[in-house]
Amino acid sequence: MSEAKEEILGRIRASLWDHPQPAEPIRNYRRVSDKSQEEIIEILVDRLIDYKANVYHETAETIADRVAELLGSSSRYVVPTGIKQEWLPEDTATRARVVDSGNADKPGALSLRELDAVDAVVTSSTVSCAETGTIALNSSDQEGRRAITLVPDHHICVVPVETIVDLIPETVARLDFAKPVTWISGPSATSDIELIRVEGVHGPRTLDVIILK
Amino acid sequence: MRVALFSTCIVDAMYPRVAQATVEILERLGHEVVFPQGQTCCSQMHANSGYFDDAYQVVKTHVQAFEEWDFDAIVAPSGSCVASLGHQQPMLAERAGDSAIAKSAADLAARSFELSQFLIDVCGITNAAEQLGSYFPGSVTYHSSCHGMRLLGLGSRQEDLIRTVEGLEYTRIEGLDQCCGFGGTFSFKNADTSGAMVADKVANIEKTGASVCTGGDASCLMNIGGALSRKGSPVQTVHFAEILASTKEKPLQVSGPVSITAGGK
Amino acid sequence: MSTTALGMPTVRHGVGNIFEFEPFPEYAEKELKNEQLRANLGFATHKIRDKRAAVINELPDWQDLRTAGSMIKQKVMANLDTYLQEFEKNFTAKGGHVHWARDANEANEIALRLIREQGVTEVNKIKSMATAETGLNEFLEEHGISAIETDLAEEIVQLGEDRPSHILVPAIHRNRTEIRDIFRKKIEGVNPDLSDDPAELAEASRFRLREKFLTNKVAISGVNFGIAETGTMTIVESEGNGRMCLTLPETLITFMGIEKILPTTQDYEVFLQLLPRSSTGERMNPYTSMWTGVTPGDGPQNLHVILMDNGRTAALADQVGRQALHCIRCSACMNVCPVYERAGGHAYGSTYPGPIGAILTPQLGGIEEQYNSTLPFASSLCGACYEACPVKINIPDVLVHLRGKAVDLEKAQGEFEGGKKDRHIQMDAMMFGAKTLFTSGKLLSLATRGLPASRLITGRSHKISKLPGIVGGWTDYRDIPEPPKSSFRNDWKKERGEAPKRVGGERVDLQALIAANQGKLAEAHAKAEAANPIVKEAK
Repeated sequence: MSEAKEEILGRIRASLWDHPQPAEPIRNYRRVSDKSQEEIIEILVDRLIDYKANVYHETAETIADRVAELLGSSSRYVVPTGIKQEWLPEDTATRARVVDSGNADKPGALSLRELDAVDAVVTSSTVSCAETGTIALNSSDQEGRRAITLVPDHHICVVPVETIVDLIPETVARLDFAKPVTWISGPSATSDIELIRVEGVHGPRTLDVIILK
Repeated sequence: MRVALFSTCIVDAMYPRVAQATVEILERLGHEVVFPQGQTCCSQMHANSGYFDDAYQVVKTHVQAFEEWDFDAIVAPSGSCVASLGHQQPMLAERAGDSAIAKSAADLAARSFELSQFLIDVCGITNAAEQLGSYFPGSVTYHSSCHGMRLLGLGSRQEDLIRTVEGLEYTRIEGLDQCCGFGGTFSFKNADTSGAMVADKVANIEKTGASVCTGGDASCLMNIGGALSRKGSPVQTVHFAEILASTKEKPLQVSGPVSITAGGK
Repeated sequence: MSTTALGMPTVRHGVGNIFEFEPFPEYAEKELKNEQLRANLGFATHKIRDKRAAVINELPDWQDLRTAGSMIKQKVMANLDTYLQEFEKNFTAKGGHVHWARDANEANEIALRLIREQGVTEVNKIKSMATAETGLNEFLEEHGISAIETDLAEEIVQLGEDRPSHILVPAIHRNRTEIRDIFRKKIEGVNPDLSDDPAELAEASRFRLREKFLTNKVAISGVNFGIAETGTMTIVESEGNGRMCLTLPETLITFMGIEKILPTTQDYEVFLQLLPRSSTGERMNPYTSMWTGVTPGDGPQNLHVILMDNGRTAALADQVGRQALHCIRCSACMNVCPVYERAGGHAYGSTYPGPIGAILTPQLGGIEEQYNSTLPFASSLCGACYEACPVKINIPDVLVHLRGKAVDLEKAQGEFEGGKKDRHIQMDAMMFGAKTLFTSGKLLSLATRGLPASRLITGRSHKISKLPGIVGGWTDYRDIPEPPKSSFRNDWKKERGEAPKRVGGERVDLQALIAANQGKLAEAHAKAEAANPIVKEAK
C-alpha cells in the first residue's frame, strides 16, 4: 500500500471518530413506469424534438429509404460491423458505407483523420429513456466503438421501439457497465455565451433519430 | 385558551404596536393573553452570529421565563423567531451540555406558533373580514419573510389572511420569495450586499403601486421600511397583525405624524 | 498545509485555490460596482433558476429523489474508506491505475509525472473543479506543459487570462462582444471579421480545438461520480469536448476528490436524475460518458485516476460540516442565492463560490487561514440554497455552525487573519451587551425605559440616518425608525399588571385542534382567491 493511500485511509477513519450509522437509503422514487408503450414513445419523441434532434418513424420496409434520404446522394459514411444490412441503402458511385472494425488496434479501423473526413455515421442503440429524451449506446457491434459516433458531424441513430423505456432506473437496468456507455440527449450544445443555446460544438451537430417499429 | 404572548425583542423595544395588535386579535377571539415578564429574545441574534455560549444563556432565559407560567400555547408575531425556537434552541442547549433545557425548549417550541399559523391551524380562521372583523381600506403588497416561509413552512398563510381583509386591495410583489437582505448582523457585516438586496426589494415594492408593504416579521419590515424611508418613498411598512387588528371602528392609521414606519405610537 | 485540532481528531487541511484572500464584504463591495457583471449575473441566475424550477416541477418524485440522494451520500461518507478501496480494486482489475494524493500539490506532481512519461508538452482538458482547486494549469505551465481548456466557457476564460465566476457557466461575466474580441485576438487563423453571434463564436472554437482533439495524446479530466461496485467513472457534459477528451487520446488522467464515490449503479440512477435538472435546468445534459477501466481498441489504453484528499478528510471530521462533502457541484445553490447573484463568484476567492463555497472553502482550507472565516458570514440565511440543493445539504445550518467556529477561534487565538480586531471587539461588546439584557427580563425592562432618551438623537425627522462603528453599515443604506416612547413590556406592566402565573387545570389539546383544522389552509386560500385574486402581479 502506498504511503499516501495508507495515510488518507487513516485520516478517513480518524475523521469518522463518531462512527456514524446512517440508515439504508429510502428509494421511494419511481423505478417502474406506469405508462403505456404508445405514451412512452410519444414522450421520447417530444423530448428529442425539444433538443433539436430530427425524428423519423420508420418500419423495416421504409428505413433504408429514409437513411438514403438523410445521407443525401453524396456521402461516405461509417457503420459498425454489426449494423443490420437491411437498414442501409445500396451503395452508389457517390454514396458508400465504410465498415469500422470496432477495435482501433485491429485492421479495418478508421484512423481519427479518416473518421474526421467521413460525412456521417449510422448506428443502432441499446436503450432509450423517454422521460429525459436520452439514447444510450453501450458498445455493441451495432453501435461500434465510441470514436465513430463522435468524430463525424452527422449521426443517424436507429432506436428500435422495443428498446424504449420510460424512466432512468429502467434505462440503467438495461445497460452493461463493464463496457463503455454513451448517453446522448440531442446534438451537442452549449449555452456558455450569454446562456444562448447553440446546437453543435464538438460532437455531431446533426442528430437524426429513426424510431423503428 | 390561555395564550402566552412572546412579543420578540424587536417588537418589544421598537414596535410595541405590533404586540398590541396581536393581543387585540387574540382577545377578539376570546382568548386570555398573558405576557411572561421574564421573556427576552429567541437567541437568534447570538446564535446566527456564532456566539453560541451567549445564545445558550438567552435560550435558558426564554425557557425559564415561560416555564414559570401555565398556558395552552405561545404565540409570536414573527415567523423567524418561532422557527428559531424549534430549530435552534434545543441544539444550542445540547451543545452547551444542558439536555434538560434542550428538552424544555423543544416542549415549549411544540406549543409555540407564529400568529397566522395559530389563527388558521389552531383557531380555524379562514376569513379575516368575517371572523376577525378586519378592515383596512388601502392598496397593500406583502413581503414573505424567508424563515417563516422556508424554516417554518408557513406557505401562503399570512398572505391569505391579508387578502381576506375587507376593503383591502392586494397586489403581489414580483420575486415574492426573494430575501429582503436583512439577515440579522448580515445587514451591517455585509452592508453593501445587503444594501443591494434591499434596494431591489424596494424597487419591486414600488412597482406594485401599493401604498403599504406588510409582512410577518418586524425585523424585515424595519429593513425594508428603513430603505424606503432613505429613498424618500411614501410607501409605509406595517406588520400584518396591525392590518388584521384594524377594524371599521378603529382603523389603522398609516400616514401622518403617527407613521408606523417611524416606529412608536 | 495547516494542522488544527478541531474537536476529536487532528485534521489536515488542503492547499490550492481554496482560500479567500480578502475579506468577503470588501471584495463584494468592489464587485457590486461592476454593473456589467451584476447585469450578466442577474440575467444568468434568474434564467437558470426558472429553467430549473420548470424541469423539477415535471417530476412527481423530486423530493423522493432528493431524500434518496441525501441518504446515499450519508452512507458513502460513513463508509468512505471501504468504498474507495472497492473502487480501486475494480478499476485496477479492468486495467486502470489508481494514485492517491494527500493534497493538491501531490496530485499535481502525480499528473506532471504521468504527462512527462508520455513525452508531450501539450494536453487537453475537460472542465474540472478538482483541477481548478489544485491550480493544475498554472502548475503545468510552470513546468513547460500547456493545458488546453476545451470547454467553451473555460476556453473563453483561459484565452481571456481571466478567472471563472460561476462553476457551471464560468464565463458568464463576459458578454458576446468581449468574447468576440478575445477570440479575434487569441485564435490563430480565425476569421478577422468574426461576428459576435454565439453560433459563429462556437464554430470558431470548434475550428480551433478540432485539431487539438485529433492530435493531442494526453487528456486530463475531473469526474462526476465513481461507482465502487463496478469501478466505473462518469462525466456529464454538453458540448462533446468531454467525449473527445475521454475517447480520442491514448492517456487519460482523471482527478477525483475522494468524496465523489457512489456505492452502486443503482445509486447512480438517482444522481443522473438529480444533477442535470439542478445544474443546467435540462431534463438531461447532451452527453454523458461512462467508462470502466480500459476497453481494448476503444478509447484511452493508459488510464489513471488520482484520488485526492486536500482537506476533504478535515471536513469529514466535523459532524455538522461533513454534509458539505455531499455536494455534486450542480451550482443550484448559487443560482438561487441572493448574495451570489449580486456579489458574483469572484468575491468568494476560492474555486468554490456561492453558498456551497462559503461552507466548503473554510472546511477544506481551514477557517483560520487567510480570510476564510469571513465566508460563513456571507449569507442572509434566507435558506433558498437548502431548498434548492438536490442532496439536501443544510447550508444555512452549516453556515451558522461555522460562524460559531470562527468566533471560538477568534476568542482562542486573539486576532487572526479572518477579521479586523476593532470590529471584533465591537462585535464582542455588542453581543455581550445584548446577552446581558437578553438574559434578564428585568434588566430589559429597565433598559427599555431609556427608549425616550434615544428619541433625542432622532430629532425632527423621527429617524436615525447615521450610526457609528460596525452598525454604520446599516445606516449606509437605510434609516432607523424613531424608537417608541415606551417598550411593550413596560406598557403591559403599567396597563395590565401581573396575571397569576399558575392557574392549573387541563391544557387544551393543540394537536387535536390542528388535526380538526387540517382543511382550513386550503379554505383560507380559496377565500383569499375569491376576495383578492392574484391578477395584478407586478411585472
